Amino acid sequence: MSAIKDGLIITKRQLLQLSRVPEVLIFSTIQPVMFVLLFRYVFGGAIDTPGTDYVQFLMPGIFVQTVAFTLATTSVGLAMDMTKGLIDRFRSLPIARSAVILGRTLGDATLNIVVLLVMAITGVVVGWRPSSGIVSILAGFLLLMLFGYAMSWIGILIGLSVRDARTANNLVFLIVFPMTFLSNAFAPTTAMPRVLQYFAEWNPVSTMVAACRELFGLENAFGVTAGSFPSENPVLMSLVYIAIIMAILVPVSIAKYKRTSSK
Amino acid sequence: MNNAITASDLVKTYPKGKVKALDGLSLEVEEGTVLGVLGPNGAGKTTCVRVLATLLKPDSGSATVAGVDVIKNPDQVRKLIGLSGQYAAVDETLTGWDNLVMFGRLYHLSNSQAKARATELLEQFKLTESAKRAITTYSGGMRRRLDLAAALIVRPKVLFLDEPTTGLDPRGRLDMWDAIKDLVAGGTTLLLTTQYLEEADQLADRIAVIDHGKVIANGTSDELKAQVGGEKLEVTVAPSSLLATKAALELITSHEAQIDEQFNRISIAVAGGSAALSDVVRALDGRSIEILDLALKRPSLDDVFLALTGHVAEIEEEAEVKPKGRRR
Repeated sequence: MSAIKDGLIITKRQLLQLSRVPEVLIFSTIQPVMFVLLFRYVFGGAIDTPGTDYVQFLMPGIFVQTVAFTLATTSVGLAMDMTKGLIDRFRSLPIARSAVILGRTLGDATLNIVVLLVMAITGVVVGWRPSSGIVSILAGFLLLMLFGYAMSWIGILIGLSVRDARTANNLVFLIVFPMTFLSNAFAPTTAMPRVLQYFAEWNPVSTMVAACRELFGLENAFGVTAGSFPSENPVLMSLVYIAIIMAILVPVSIAKYKRTSSK
Repeated sequence: MNNAITASDLVKTYPKGKVKALDGLSLEVEEGTVLGVLGPNGAGKTTCVRVLATLLKPDSGSATVAGVDVIKNPDQVRKLIGLSGQYAAVDETLTGWDNLVMFGRLYHLSNSQAKARATELLEQFKLTESAKRAITTYSGGMRRRLDLAAALIVRPKVLFLDEPTTGLDPRGRLDMWDAIKDLVAGGTTLLLTTQYLEEADQLADRIAVIDHGKVIANGTSDELKAQVGGEKLEVTVAPSSLLATKAALELITSHEAQIDEQFNRISIAVAGGSAALSDVVRALDGRSIEILDLALKRPSLDDVFLALTGHVAEIEEEAEVKPKGRRR
């Protein structure tokens, strides 16, 4: 319990940082908003999405991509603390070892709430109209938060493993960009080569996107009738993926943090 | 008197490059006293502090801090110690005030206690005016003082300061010394590492000189200086007067003098410091030898090392300076 209490103090520190350096918050919201506008107006006209207009198809994809980038927020932030000696101070304090990373993941989750809110408003402005009920819509956002939180724990492991913040950033882009583009997030998978389709259908990003589309009231949520298990049960599969990531990464990251000293 | 810190036979090898950072290091610090751990970069100073402050587990050996076993009971030790390292370990985007309140909360003070303590410490370290500014705007000396303040939040029984003045300008160094002297007067047991003999001299009751992960000499500052040979006088004269000067100096001090012909300089060990200075001036004046330059040199770390080990302090950067052996 004290780990959670101490963790919340670390979380508060991150929120304080946001108020002291508001640029961070501004830039973390500008990028996804830019993506919404670019895809909506630049690529949108060229991508054919049967049965729906592109903005309905796109928004869940961009939501998922954005929370997937929690991986960057967490790993870069942690890597910065690791190189600055601050971690040594935390480790010399009489607090639970898990408190520091727990606090960071909760802080990044809080940031996600703000970012998702700004994006949702932008989406509505450019024509996004989720057609399901309010409960369903909220469930969709809850799922996005959970996925972001799971990504945050992968970010912890990366932040602890790399040499510095820049390496963390580069590594994360190498992971997240292929993950989000080799999926159904921005275009239906039907046009991809067979091998990539297979990958895309089992890609957790795709199931997340499909799950959100379903919860936001879109029919044919996957964007292609592939018939694989994840494409037919996206919400269930998303929860399974999140559970698997958390079950592995939480204990592994905490164990690694205990063994790692500053750099 | 009890020992506030004991370490015996600590060994720590970094896997990378198989550097033996600690090689059977043993030391003791009496309660309420200050031990200066003196050594060059790479001697094992930081590793020693990291082991004692529970940040690093040694390969073998044992250590206690305030009577608690560092290896078996690290959580207990963390409640009793304060640590301030070579780098200001504070959150730079936050203000000094934010940092101290946060650390106070992490030491499990209540919100109001944490705030009261932050106010008190900022006052004590002359940071009240900068309390609400981000650390990024602080000078190096201010950062170190804030870092020291953060280490003192719960009035630790034992304080570790790892090179508290390295990289500070002379002004910052003096301010830091004052702050440390005040603390010590309050009765805190302190283990301080430094590369500067003068700093150990100013702040420490006893000094342990370490090299290659071992204590190679141990004693009060005077004891060490006696081993090193105390102060040296360096006299520069015209080339033609070198031999006459040498003879005169040897007569006064009854030590042997060395001539450095490149700089027309003679150096000789003296006892009695500045008193010897006037004797020399008078004697050379009496012999009509013109003094071009005269300097009293206190022994430096290099001299200590030369005297104790027969070699100049070697600098082994990778082992320690920035703890680059990032995985233990």
